[in-house]
Amino acid sequence: MAKLGHEWILRLGDDALVLAQRLSEWCSHGPALEEDIALSNIALDLLGQARALLTLAGEREGQGRDEDALAYFRTDREFSNALLVEVPNGHFGDTIVRQMLFDQFALLRYEALAGQSAEPEVAAIAAKAVKEVRYHAAHSAQWVVRLGDGTDESHNKVQESLNVLWPYTQELFEDDAVSQACAAAGVLPLNASYHARWKEQVLAILEEATLNCPETSALLTGGREGKHTEHLSYLLAEMQVLQRTYPGAKW
Amino acid sequence: MSASKNEWPLWEVFVRSRQGLSHKHVGSLHAADATMAVNNARDVYTRRQEGTSIWVVKAEDITASTPAEKDILFDPANDKVYRHPTFYDLPDEVKNM
Repeated sequence: MAKLGHEWILRLGDDALVLAQRLSEWCSHGPALEEDIALSNIALDLLGQARALLTLAGEREGQGRDEDALAYFRTDREFSNALLVEVPNGHFGDTIVRQMLFDQFALLRYEALAGQSAEPEVAAIAAKAVKEVRYHAAHSAQWVVRLGDGTDESHNKVQESLNVLWPYTQELFEDDAVSQACAAAGVLPLNASYHARWKEQVLAILEEATLNCPETSALLTGGREGKHTEHLSYLLAEMQVLQRTYPGAKW
Repeated sequence: MSASKNEWPLWEVFVRSRQGLSHKHVGSLHAADATMAVNNARDVYTRRQEGTSIWVVKAEDITASTPAEKDILFDPANDKVYRHPTFYDLPDEVKNM
């Protein structure tokens, strides 16, 4: 069996890292103290996942890059996160809808990873992440219902969030040579294979939230091969500025 | 109530730190409903592994004694030392007394 490269681990790590950075922007800006802490906790969970995954990806790559080198010294074209996680936070409803769409996907992916034995190190990281993401998924789903089935204003706002974010979801279920190699090695099923379950779960949440699933043929993609929206560059600039200005700086 | 009508209700939070101990009041928080209150309590009060179980109670559902009643409620117990379990020895095996 051919040894898998490090790209597929990098994708997992980049999804977690970029979303962690996005969510941490809410710190001290949350709609209530309690929700501020909740979003920051979720950001920290994701950051922990990213650290473990990037460390492992760096080891696999074998060029001496550690988690910091991968997080702080790559350009936007070298990041392989899905576009969905780099979309700016917008208002709280935008953030919650983005989170729900991603959490439902991340949970399926981590559950698959935790249940395989071909890559035990990733299975261990995934087993820990599954517990965290189950909570994230419950949190975001409850909020989507609360806002969607809330007032007319909150309903209209999150319906609009959903309409804007929905075209980004298709990318999560695309396959290429990297994901096909993972499937062939028995590590992860093809991304396309969990689209049906994801959609079923998301539709159940949307139904409870009295929201309509957007009908769209628009497809926004490219993140896995480094073609990002302009928003990622700004995010990275803020995240990387200190290490790039003072390389190796420590707290 | 003087609180803004846009503000979420106040909940009192009780956390059990480990099995065998009782839930202890740890503080309060705002939440729109009971599910959110449990979630918020988890995030605000148990993020450093403080708990194994959470209770939340709407603050308005708690009936409290008033300071004015202090004399009649508590003073009569002052001179009744025989109510304290100090007249016999506890076995060493008994914990949490």
